[in-house]
Amino acid sequence: MTSTLTPVRSKRSALTKGQLPKYAPYAVLAAALIVGAAILALIGFNAFGWGLVSALLFAIGLVSWSAMVEGSRRAKDKLATCLVVGSFLVALLPLVSVIWTVLVNGIPGLMDPGFLTTSMNGVTGAFDNKAVESGGPVMGGIYHAILGTVQITLLATVISVPVGLLTAIYLVEYGHDGRLAKAITFFVDVMTGIPSIVAGLFAAAFFFVVVGPGTKTGAVAAVALSVLMIPVVVRSSEEMLKIVPNELREAAYALGVRKWRTILKVVIPTAISGIASGVTLAIARVIGETAPILVTAGFATSINSNVFGGWMASLPTFIYTQILNPTSPSNPDPSSQRAWGAALVLIILVMVLNLVARLIARIFAPKTGR
Amino acid sequence: MTATSLTSTQGAGRTGDKVFSGAALAAGCLILAVLFGVALFLVVQAIPALTAPADKIQGGQGFFAYIWPIVIGTLIAAVIALVIATPVAIGVALFISHFAPRRLASGLGYVVDLLAAIPSVVYGAWGAAFLAKQISPAYGWLAENMGWLPIFQGPASTTGKTILTAGIVLAVMVLPIITSLSREIFLQTPKLHEEAALALGATRWEMIKMAVLPFGRPGIISAIMLGLGRALGETMAVALVLSSGALTASLIQSGNQTIAAEIALNFPEASGIKVSTLIAAGLVLFVITLAVNMIARWVITRHKEFSGAN
Repeated sequence: MTSTLTPVRSKRSALTKGQLPKYAPYAVLAAALIVGAAILALIGFNAFGWGLVSALLFAIGLVSWSAMVEGSRRAKDKLATCLVVGSFLVALLPLVSVIWTVLVNGIPGLMDPGFLTTSMNGVTGAFDNKAVESGGPVMGGIYHAILGTVQITLLATVISVPVGLLTAIYLVEYGHDGRLAKAITFFVDVMTGIPSIVAGLFAAAFFFVVVGPGTKTGAVAAVALSVLMIPVVVRSSEEMLKIVPNELREAAYALGVRKWRTILKVVIPTAISGIASGVTLAIARVIGETAPILVTAGFATSINSNVFGGWMASLPTFIYTQILNPTSPSNPDPSSQRAWGAALVLIILVMVLNLVARLIARIFAPKTGR
Repeated sequence: MTATSLTSTQGAGRTGDKVFSGAALAAGCLILAVLFGVALFLVVQAIPALTAPADKIQGGQGFFAYIWPIVIGTLIAAVIALVIATPVAIGVALFISHFAPRRLASGLGYVVDLLAAIPSVVYGAWGAAFLAKQISPAYGWLAENMGWLPIFQGPASTTGKTILTAGIVLAVMVLPIITSLSREIFLQTPKLHEEAALALGATRWEMIKMAVLPFGRPGIISAIMLGLGRALGETMAVALVLSSGALTASLIQSGNQTIAAEIALNFPEASGIKVSTLIAAGLVLFVITLAVNMIARWVITRHKEFSGAN
């Protein structure tokens, strides 16, 4: 028995004839890496160039081998696969590069004494010059900017969440796909596309007309951020309210519960995890907005805890001004060190908010089934 | 007795109902009012610039001579961004929807969404400090070898702070938008179409060409339009990366400017007629992005009605 089977196993099956062997991609990859390294060694080695040349060699090698053995249709398929996978790797490059740049440049900034607990009040170019010349510590910090960001974002959230949630309730529970509901849905979608700087200009123009020309406070910035935040809150809450099963509403109505109490006590508690995670994502989106704050809250170097009066700093505008107008024009290094430190803090803040949103969605999700 | 008690409780509940539905309606109307208000207040504040004598406006030749070059600059930056981002984004979307192993797909989608989570000012700082430096040798090469093309005319910028760099940074920023929308559309492709194509012996690429791409074309177009809207309005990437100047055809020299960056750079110190001029520029940007977004949304809704996917 075994003697008759052995020759069959050693030969390639008729079904897989005319196909590349399973190890083909790995073999081509190894060859491409080696040849790539050899080419790069001739013109000066760097990791990025090595990856690029090897990827090109891999694609060319695999596709031409496939064209020889399998024919043009399968070769085209291989080429498309290479391009698609390649585009994904290309998309990862900037992500890795941005995070790496921020980490490398940001950690020294974060290590400055009092970086998180002091403001830029009284820190002048003379301090920075001294820090560069005598190698002393870089003075100044971002406490005022963190305070400003937290206050402005909090106020924006307080404005946007009720408006956004009530609008979503209108769309799902009262709108009945009427003309008004359709118009609101359409314009909410359009509002998502408003450039952030236009939202800032709107808030500025509004307060210039209502309060007086040149009004720049944290509250104006909060209004600008609300314009950006409301559509996001509406969209996510609407999606969440829509997936609440109709049986729950009908059961409540059958017990004689009023519609508004049904919404408050049955519909919203069921959807609360999704709504909360949507709101957190909306906060994460607006907390990094620079342009609207730039035109509405100005920049401050000292701590301002009053949202309704005076210019206010925020993390994004702090980064922007430190890069564009360094505290000491002759020695911009301390300023850029502070800017990267602030950028690191901002990215950590945004990532934590994103993570929290995912956790909320997962932990507080309504239990389905028993 | 029972009848009166029933009606009395009903009365209390009815007030609650009215208040609640009224509040919901008011919130919905508020959104429409805000959008209307955005247009209204921008127009009110922009009128002084539009009616002012020509020599009062920056440049001294009236508002249209001022806005014209920066509108073109905005379009150039956005077009560069889309030309780079679209093929990559469609590739990434296809990778996540049809090529990646099922178990990895959602995680990989989340990684691409992380690109959207990074604040724009960080992209701007990255573009100015890292990308511009790394890419400037390539510009030198382009100027030397491709200089006969007007868009690559030398001498190349030595700092790398050009409109092409700004366009590349913008491309990174619009990539997640185009990717996530196209991915949704690709996943909606009817399974039967895909399986029919595969059953006829099509390879995976032929299946995608025959079933997925034709089905997704309107969705891809509107995703690109939404990406265009974002690229037109993006401020920080351009403000930090581009060393601005007069309108030039060459993409690798410093020069050109976009509306959003012009506003961000000048608004904080502006006063008087300059504020009006910048708000008028913002109005122009608002109108352009509004038109682009409305067309995109219109394509999406029309597609929804006819596709039968929903």
